[in-house]
Amino acid sequence: MELQKFTYDNRLSSLFLKATILWGLVGMLVGLTIAIELIWPTMTNGISWLSFGRLRPLHTNAVIFAFVGNGIFTAIYYSTPRLLKTPMYSELLGRIHFWGWQLIIVAAAITLPLGITVSKEYAELEWPIDVAIAIVWVIFGINLIMTTVKRRVKHIYVAIWFYIATFVTVAVLHIVNSINLPVSFFKSYPVYAGVQDALVQWWYGHNAVAFFLTTPYLGLMYYFIPKAANRPIYSYKLSIIHFWALIFIYIWAGPHHLLYSALPDWTQALGVVFSIMLIAPSWGGMINGLLTLRGAWDKVREDPVLKMFVVGVTAYGMATFEGPMLSLKSVNAISHFTDWTIAHVHIGALGWNGMLTFGMIYWLLPRLYKTKLFSVKLANAHFWLATTGMLFFAIPLYFAGFTQSLMWKEFTEEGFLKYPNFIETVTQILPMYWIRVLGGTLYITGVILMIYNAAKTIKQGSFIPEEQDEAPALEIRKPNPDKGHRRLEGKPVLFTVLALVAILIGGLVEFIPMFMIKSNVPTIVSVQPYTPLELEGRDIYIREGCYTCHSQMIRPFRSEVERYGDYTKAGETVYDRPFQFGSKRTGPDLAREGVKTSRNYKPDAWHYNHFMSPQKMVAESIMPPYPWIIQNDLNTSTTTGKIRAMMKLGVPYPDGFDTKALEHLQKQANQIAQGLRDGGIDVEDQKEVIALIAYIQRLGTDIHRESNEPIFSEN
Amino acid sequence: MSAIIVLILLGILVAGGFLIAFVWAVRNGQFDDDYSPSVRMLFENKKPKEEETIEAENPDPKQ
Repeated sequence: MELQKFTYDNRLSSLFLKATILWGLVGMLVGLTIAIELIWPTMTNGISWLSFGRLRPLHTNAVIFAFVGNGIFTAIYYSTPRLLKTPMYSELLGRIHFWGWQLIIVAAAITLPLGITVSKEYAELEWPIDVAIAIVWVIFGINLIMTTVKRRVKHIYVAIWFYIATFVTVAVLHIVNSINLPVSFFKSYPVYAGVQDALVQWWYGHNAVAFFLTTPYLGLMYYFIPKAANRPIYSYKLSIIHFWALIFIYIWAGPHHLLYSALPDWTQALGVVFSIMLIAPSWGGMINGLLTLRGAWDKVREDPVLKMFVVGVTAYGMATFEGPMLSLKSVNAISHFTDWTIAHVHIGALGWNGMLTFGMIYWLLPRLYKTKLFSVKLANAHFWLATTGMLFFAIPLYFAGFTQSLMWKEFTEEGFLKYPNFIETVTQILPMYWIRVLGGTLYITGVILMIYNAAKTIKQGSFIPEEQDEAPALEIRKPNPDKGHRRLEGKPVLFTVLALVAILIGGLVEFIPMFMIKSNVPTIVSVQPYTPLELEGRDIYIREGCYTCHSQMIRPFRSEVERYGDYTKAGETVYDRPFQFGSKRTGPDLAREGVKTSRNYKPDAWHYNHFMSPQKMVAESIMPPYPWIIQNDLNTSTTTGKIRAMMKLGVPYPDGFDTKALEHLQKQANQIAQGLRDGGIDVEDQKEVIALIAYIQRLGTDIHRESNEPIFSEN
Repeated sequence: MSAIIVLILLGILVAGGFLIAFVWAVRNGQFDDDYSPSVRMLFENKKPKEEETIEAENPDPKQ
């Protein structure tokens, strides 16, 4: 058979590798900044674009899509051609992919601090960027699939399957979760509302973890661990089994993010069951990775690359055991809304994704630059800094999580909340937040060592832009004599379709019924749409990322009902686009903040002063001040458009209300501002704070309204 | 209400079909060669010839 000569292009993997390092540093520094802001809330006093609520989405997006994202592409553009014995399908598509992805990251880095956000976690980017992501992602997918089609080896190695599953699933997730109705270039509303929006979002959010942070990195593991150890994977059979099991089970587990919420119980139960089942395939992957090193532990002792891989895969095992445990309702009752979740995700992010990325970088650099690593000692130092950094980050947060949650739930013998002041439970865990900052600093110090080491390695080496290889052409035999899985492996397109079907099933059964059955979201007569001013206030709440620290979801526990008021009903959220359940209570829940009979009730003037300086109202508060909300005028240029968009989405405003919206807004703003002025506060009607106060005071009040009269009378 | 039944049935149908396809694949010997791919990926491009003879000279990595 004739041997064909071809080349592997190293330029793209090298570009992606450098982008991984750069964005990794940026994302982690933003993370460190917001960690410090939590113990020093006035650090960036008055600078809106540096406030916690705006930077937290930047941190999560940067580490997930910029750091890990570029890491994924580094691995794929390096390993895919070598595994399939062919260059990538199109160098042009590869370049468009690289620059397009970096452009999206830059757009995210600009828009998120400006408060341009949808507020759905890890999907915060507004619709024009979402469209760009979809296009670039499909370009990447075409390049990947077509490379598979043009391969010169019959067998598709397990890593490639993980890459393909990643492409297909992320495409579906991203598209379904991002279906929004644009109001302007910078603002849109989801087509899903309330509980349904929450379900779609966490179906996305959970699978972003599954198919962006997990499956591509398993592919990475299946390529780079055998390569670095120079040993075949422990069990190829296991890799096949756990691949199928993993992609089939993962897609159903999303509702475990909404346990004890207003989501229908059967959906919650479904999420729990599949989350528990996930242990098996996840640990299949971990065991396969670790046992690959059996008999090679002497190499692990010497080689920083293998050390990082071992800790990375171990962290994967820990996180994927912990995940199902956190999905048990009894555990979730304690862990949810606390720092336990933050600790959990950082075992995954710092351990699994971080360590695997660093190991890959140290392995790739000498090969791409035809030299030796500048300093193995520095790489070892990086390994220890990263490992201890991860532990100093996670362990204090576990303590913070247990402590705070138990304090929230503690009752006195007389049956009163032992810590009725939320702030008591915050000051208790602040020392843990300090240690977290130390852990993060250690971790970042390691990354800085890596950057120095990488720069020196690049300088001493010479880049190999292309590598030669040769292989016989893939013989097309008809009929296909291979049977079973081998035959399936020979048909990448068929494989893609099958993977698509597998993941679509999960989506279909889980959330289409939510749209179909009205009874899933019980309607409550007294629950009515937001007024235009409240809607504008709500959009400020979203812009400032209030949901990053305040939940709006009171769970049906005595401790929560006692502290915050009646538990949240699904029917109360039907006008919430997007939903604002939140996932973390750094501050108290706000679902019933406006209820006048509640013991938490605060008058308008309190809120005004609190936005100006939270520390003036609650001395030990860790909430940042929001002077710009006090100073800025409310932008009402899109109010009419917003109301019109809501009407299009089925919100029952009276006919023609969009044209009267501004008038209604001004009337309500005047009322609130007049109240504040009567109390001696010098404030004008058109300030943003008025709208925000209007929204806060509306929260949770609808089910307490005495009459069911529509609040929008026609006159 | 009928929609949910239709959808769940449809879901079970597709899931079942997927399962059958998988079982069929297993029974038809998908594990015929569940070893050599893991070894083949270890060979670098410098020795492309080895790939053709790998099955014959399969070095036992367990040693």
